[in-house]
Amino acid sequence: MMTGISANRETLYAFTMHTRHPIMENLDRLVACRSCDLLLDRVIPPPGKISRCPRCHHPLISNKRSVIDNTLAAAVSTAILMTAAIYFPFISLAEAGLSRDASVMDAIGAFSEGWSAPLTIAVAAFIVVIPVLRAVALIYALLPLRLGNPPAKGAARSFRLAMALKPWSMAEIFIVGVAVALVKVTDLADVSLGPSFWAFAALMLIVVFENKTLCEWTIWRLLDPKRR
Amino acid sequence: MRMDDMAASGPQKTITARKAGLVSCGGCGTLAPLGQHRCDRCEATLHSRRPDAEQRVWAWLVAGIILYIPANLYPMLVTRTFGQVQEGTIIGGAIELIEYGAWFVAFVVIFASVVIPVAKFVAIAALILGVRNGSRLSAHRRMQLYEVTEFIGRWSMIDVFVVAILTALVQLGFIASINPGPAAVCFALSVVFTMLSAQSFDPRLIWDSIEEHRARGRT
Ligand SMILES: [Zn+2]
Ligand SMILES: [Zn+2]
Repeated sequence: MMTGISANRETLYAFTMHTRHPIMENLDRLVACRSCDLLLDRVIPPPGKISRCPRCHHPLISNKRSVIDNTLAAAVSTAILMTAAIYFPFISLAEAGLSRDASVMDAIGAFSEGWSAPLTIAVAAFIVVIPVLRAVALIYALLPLRLGNPPAKGAARSFRLAMALKPWSMAEIFIVGVAVALVKVTDLADVSLGPSFWAFAALMLIVVFENKTLCEWTIWRLLDPKRR
Repeated sequence: MRMDDMAASGPQKTITARKAGLVSCGGCGTLAPLGQHRCDRCEATLHSRRPDAEQRVWAWLVAGIILYIPANLYPMLVTRTFGQVQEGTIIGGAIELIEYGAWFVAFVVIFASVVIPVAKFVAIAALILGVRNGSRLSAHRRMQLYEVTEFIGRWSMIDVFVVAILTALVQLGFIASINPGPAAVCFALSVVFTMLSAQSFDPRLIWDSIEEHRARGRT
């Protein structure tokens, strides 16, 4: 019987050390857990299910539907929303006849004075450059597959870059920071939110969507020229 | 006995990729023979275990802890209202929020800027010490600790973004203006270094050390 959650021990690749299995010829039929290195038979779970390592419970393969479509949709939306986020006003503040409009660029430039200047580059990278770079890398790697073409040159590198940059893409953390900041200033002045604010709020949802729908294992298999 | 412990110590031989003479690519997970230098599929450099994990984890961790000290001592925000200058530290900012009555937001700030960083320092140190000396925590618990640490660490950056947006927004001349203090840079660097420390750790070492301890116990 094929069970989705392969916590059952049948899937453990259990053989004794002295039996020489022709492992090298059958690498495609094996999978190693990324988090504990356990070698397992590759069992693709039924659609919508995730198989987990029986030893450490780390997800192995999640057989999600329309992985390419969903990931591409997330990447394209990110690129569009980020362009809007930079272009439109973010937040404006008004008090006693004075008003101040702050764009995302102003937030990035907040540290540009004095010795905190390098932080400007870091903030720019975390909230704009890296999210955009990831989106572009994902589109480059996945669009040819979506169109039924072979992967573009360097598609694998590009997808690897997108995954490696993931922890450093912080658009969703930024918008939470903005929410905290707004609580601090609402007593001080009148605050109005611009389209850019909502674009960032939407980006947060896109991040959640991408986490839910992306399966690395599936994309890697599709990107492998040998397996097409 | 839980399921994971059974699988780890069950009667049958569990075999790792490394024991089978294989290395799984850190980039894409493809298996290759041990000793192969570069992954065929994604061109990543192959390592059976992340190289020099112990030294790298400690180096980044110590750097992160050192920077966390000035991050708390120096002001995060310098506020000028009607000519009066007020300097606020991380803790000071949270206390101010409590005085406004914004309990929930104060909780978020304290959680992101104090609880998470300190818990992360302790967790990473415990993980790397556990690999060398063994740990009272089960491998499965340590694994969860690692996953939580990796997932949650980046959220500490919230306070840096708060400072950025306040600086950008509150520039109303004489009425009120806010500028970043030296703590902002220290805090941001501390978060980045701690993230690098967690990324240098290799969770496979937890399971390796369990196997080693068991093997030693048997002989
Ligand atoms: Zn595992
Ligand atoms: Zn690879």
